[in-house]
Amino acid sequence: MTTVLTTGPGLRGGLGESVRRPDGGPKARGEFAFSSDLEAEDMLWAHLLRSPHPSAAISSLDLSPAFAVPGVAAVLAAGDVPGRQSFGLDYPDQPVFAGKVVRHVGEPIAAVAADHPITARRAAEAIAVTYEVTEPLTDPEAAMEAPPIHERGNVLFHQDIVHGDPGATGEVSVEGSYATAMQDQAFLGPESALAVPAGDGGVDLYLATQWLHVDRDQIAACLGLPLDLVRLHLSGVGGAFGAREDMSMQVQLCLLAMRTGRPVKIVFSREESFLGHVHRHPARMWYRHSADADGNLVKVEAKLILDGGAYLSSSPAVLQNAACFAAGPYRVPNAVVDATAVRTNNPPCGAMRGFGAVQVCFAYETQMDKLAAALRMDPVELRLRNALRTGDTMITGQVLSGAAPVAEVIRAVAAAPLPAEPGPSDAPEIALPGGAGRTAERDRVRRGIGFAVGFKNLMYSAGFDDFTTARCRLEEGRVTITSAAVEVGQGLVTLMQQIARHIFGVADVSLGEATTAGIGSAGSTSASRQTWMTGGAVEAACRAVAERLVSSVAQRLERPLASLRLDGGRVCSDDGAVDLSLVGAASGQVFEETAVYRHPPTEELDEKGQGNAHVSFAFGAHRAVVDVDLDLGLVRVVDVTTAQDVGRALNPLQLIGQIEGGTAQGVGLAVMEEIVLDRGTVRNPSFTDYIIPTALDSPPVTIAGLIEEPEPGAPHGAKGAGEPPAISSTAAVAAAIRDATGLELARVPIRPQDIALALAAFEEDRQ
Amino acid sequence: MTNTTSVPELLSYTLNVNGRDHQVSDAELGENLLFVLRERLGLRGSKNACEQGECGSCSVLVDGRLECSCTMLAAAATGRQIVTVEGLTPSGDGLSEVQEAFVAEGAVQCGFCTPGLIVSVSDLLDRLPLATELEIREAISGNLCRCTGYGRIIAAVQAAQHARSAREALR
Amino acid sequence: MPVFVPASLEEAFAVLEGAPGAQLLAGGTDFMVEVNAGQRRPATVVALGAVPELKGWRLDGDEVVLGAGLTYTEMISPELAELVPGLAQAARTVGSPQIRNAGTLGGNIATASPAGDTLPMLMALGATMTLGRSDGGRRAVGLDELVVGPKRTTLQPGEVLLEVRVRAGAGRQEFLKVGTRNAMVIAVASAAVVVDFERRSVRVALGSVGPVVIRAEEVEREAAKLIDWDARRLVGPLEGSGDFGELVRTAARPIDDHRSTAAYRRHAAGVCVTRAFRRAFSSEESTAP
Repeated sequence: MTTVLTTGPGLRGGLGESVRRPDGGPKARGEFAFSSDLEAEDMLWAHLLRSPHPSAAISSLDLSPAFAVPGVAAVLAAGDVPGRQSFGLDYPDQPVFAGKVVRHVGEPIAAVAADHPITARRAAEAIAVTYEVTEPLTDPEAAMEAPPIHERGNVLFHQDIVHGDPGATGEVSVEGSYATAMQDQAFLGPESALAVPAGDGGVDLYLATQWLHVDRDQIAACLGLPLDLVRLHLSGVGGAFGAREDMSMQVQLCLLAMRTGRPVKIVFSREESFLGHVHRHPARMWYRHSADADGNLVKVEAKLILDGGAYLSSSPAVLQNAACFAAGPYRVPNAVVDATAVRTNNPPCGAMRGFGAVQVCFAYETQMDKLAAALRMDPVELRLRNALRTGDTMITGQVLSGAAPVAEVIRAVAAAPLPAEPGPSDAPEIALPGGAGRTAERDRVRRGIGFAVGFKNLMYSAGFDDFTTARCRLEEGRVTITSAAVEVGQGLVTLMQQIARHIFGVADVSLGEATTAGIGSAGSTSASRQTWMTGGAVEAACRAVAERLVSSVAQRLERPLASLRLDGGRVCSDDGAVDLSLVGAASGQVFEETAVYRHPPTEELDEKGQGNAHVSFAFGAHRAVVDVDLDLGLVRVVDVTTAQDVGRALNPLQLIGQIEGGTAQGVGLAVMEEIVLDRGTVRNPSFTDYIIPTALDSPPVTIAGLIEEPEPGAPHGAKGAGEPPAISSTAAVAAAIRDATGLELARVPIRPQDIALALAAFEEDRQ
Repeated sequence: MTNTTSVPELLSYTLNVNGRDHQVSDAELGENLLFVLRERLGLRGSKNACEQGECGSCSVLVDGRLECSCTMLAAAATGRQIVTVEGLTPSGDGLSEVQEAFVAEGAVQCGFCTPGLIVSVSDLLDRLPLATELEIREAISGNLCRCTGYGRIIAAVQAAQHARSAREALR
Repeated sequence: MPVFVPASLEEAFAVLEGAPGAQLLAGGTDFMVEVNAGQRRPATVVALGAVPELKGWRLDGDEVVLGAGLTYTEMISPELAELVPGLAQAARTVGSPQIRNAGTLGGNIATASPAGDTLPMLMALGATMTLGRSDGGRRAVGLDELVVGPKRTTLQPGEVLLEVRVRAGAGRQEFLKVGTRNAMVIAVASAAVVVDFERRSVRVALGSVGPVVIRAEEVEREAAKLIDWDARRLVGPLEGSGDFGELVRTAARPIDDHRSTAAYRRHAAGVCVTRAFRRAFSSEESTAP
């Protein structure tokens, strides 16, 4: 039995429309409460004391000077943690407080609560720690053989992929070594939270995170409390991009609140934020591509080393992704991938938008350009020739069953018109490389064009039980959707309303509080999964309520169920005899249904890296146009044009926002963004020195195509779009700079010196 | 030194914010204007994101000039006319022309940079209503946004420009 | 920990007489960064923002007198940019609109950062700074006498930087600043060149390539040899032999740090000075910022 459910004609705000986000007004008015905006009566402020050393033994720790500071209410350190001493997404190897050793700069050692944030900081600084500084292990290649810096060893995870015939050879082969630097998510809203002790011996934590329930589980374990006594409530999230998947201060803050019996708030400074969350793994990558004389790929070999930093975080999954996508969105019959994530005394690395796919994309797309050059083939043609299609087998042995419009995204971008080349004098000075610095000399500026394609999985993979819970309540004609899914800025709140409107045909859809108290997990807002997963759960919950509503009308009016339908906000019969509003149809009843949504199961990779590890994939292409100052090496990204495989555009405006924003983060990695490390110490933990693109650095993004090939199995055919736009813009910009300069440029970000000094040396050699 | 405002050990002073005098009592000297606005006056529309004047999330108008409140010593802001995002926001649920454009054009994602941008863009359009795209980009180069890549923000500023000129044409 | 907000210079001096070690506060854009980070905890602050004598600028004969409280935004104003275009060019590269509205010339000088954006141009313009004391004493110093090291000046306790004097319309002025972002970036290297056709002098100063601004006198001498002062043009090529850029690279004393490398800074300084000269002798008018 199926009930036909459709959005009624004339209803605004349904699927496919650029609906306004419900939190837009409050955010623009400055009234939306972010986690840093919270306050409570009698509230204390917390501060964490962090290690200044990447590797040291703590020989003594004296907290008494902090206690002596007037206004201090509590000082906690290792030994004050009642439950599990450590936490971690994959395995709890990260101490709440460093005990005998510190393994990275910024590792928390103690926590203070005081009546003023300045007092809390001064008290933390007063704590006397004696360190026996040891030589930090910072070279990821050396880490594999070096004495372990943690009882679980220095190899965090290893993944081999052996596909087809490892001995296969092609007529043409190209080889290269590549590197990507450590990138930071650099969200604007710093880590912040408010912990409130509860009368039942538990704690309520109001915070910005990406996954309430997994934070809750980890916090409860460390606090030694049952799950129901640790209640997490979502507060406003000022961006996430992966950095809020791991915990940063949750346990310490809850401990302070429980110790003092008072609400305790913490807000990281920008420096603490840089030191206090995981980053994108830096990668070292060796590649060899072999092809036949016509340009058909024969084999890809890759050796990948990802620096996971001091603790595990999500390194295994990031590494598996890097390995799975190492050959790019191409038909590669034979592949050998040797991928390792290692532990070092560098800052811990984990999730960041793109999650392992960004690093390899930079490498394999550079290889594709090299291969095209070796074959004397057009690079776009080479990519089209090898582009994956539905039904193809990937290097993990998985057959692509869903939509795979790789050739379509490539063609859309390649066909888009190029931006006008400015004449020698008509571009304003500030539009040239160097911008406000007035450095450019027009006849020393060269334009370059680069092209790249990338892809990534959607949702959790490799056998993970990935599910989402959502609830729908219909009361007096009003629909309320409740889910613990986290809105980080992407617009899930809009989409949940759109789905409910689509099903009920009513405009008024409210959203309940996102909390662990009273609803099950919605999974993480990551892996481009919420549109599909929470979208699926909301849809299922709404449909369940709608079916119950229609059934109740059928029963009440004694009409066959099949003769009734919910249409345009009314329950109607085919013969027109029944035409009830939602209020009338409900007849005083309240309907509430909770749905749990799961995507089709996946399986773990075997020892040869073979298996159906992923549910779905999204593809995208970027073309970058850059102007490069050949003498100074300064780069202006003039334009980025992209096409994305989106399945279906459920909210075009929000989709464009994801595409433009993701593209900009990739541009940042290509030309400026890098956590600069000096023997384990972060040299640039500030927005003065970790520079992200300003409005004068972010190029206009031209969307050449939103390829809408509905994904089988996905609710409404829509693919997640959070990460795919962030995969290939880095590679495209790098390729464009190569095109302008003729240099190899095997590392991102490409720094001015990488261009200018190389070209100057080349010039000198020629003379 | 009769006219010198002296703020003694226990810092208590008056700040004029959004046209109203506010008494600040028992403040620490090191408190910047942003902290005082947020934590002492409860005006949390201005956001804290960098403490270095690099991100613009805390932008306010001081005597009509756009500045970062995080690099202004609060006690030294006595005698200045300070306008925050709250002062640019209509009462009730309404939105200013700039705010409306930001919401309608998709310029708001996580929204953390939004209030600072509302202040910056309002200031820009008052000074330079016909700013070109490059002028807009330079004018907001001190307001970092990590979500949008600025595309929808530029679109919003241009929409606000159109709304403004349409309104003025009607007058 | 008192904060004083004097309403006149006289009052400022009166406060300083009682507390000569007080921290002077101008725009706060550097000082407050350190306070916010907990690196500075001054006992007494004298905020100079309300002192009218330090504000604005005026003409005094053929000199422009720039108040220490002159903001970067004011330096960019068309009226002042016409008189001191090089300073306007430098001011536009400083931070963001917010920073340029708050930050001041005096603050930039007294902060004495090796990357201070106005400092190379002040050096190239041969600016003099007037320092005042509460007893009415005044002394005039050049930038090299005032700024003697990274974040180190010869300002005495109780002394206030009052004004900066530069010649009005002093020839062709070019400031170029290299940073890894198109706006709001700290200089990796910068160069200021002033070619004064009336006085037939060339001055070259380099920023961010040493502990203080470096005046490149050897470069100036070599450059002067290439100038036909009557025709107001260059008689020889600036590069080709490579000597000119090499002289700049030799004059620079940069370091490796998280923002760049010494090698690149040297190289960039050479490129910037060469380009500045070429622009100074181009037929086009020097661009306002």
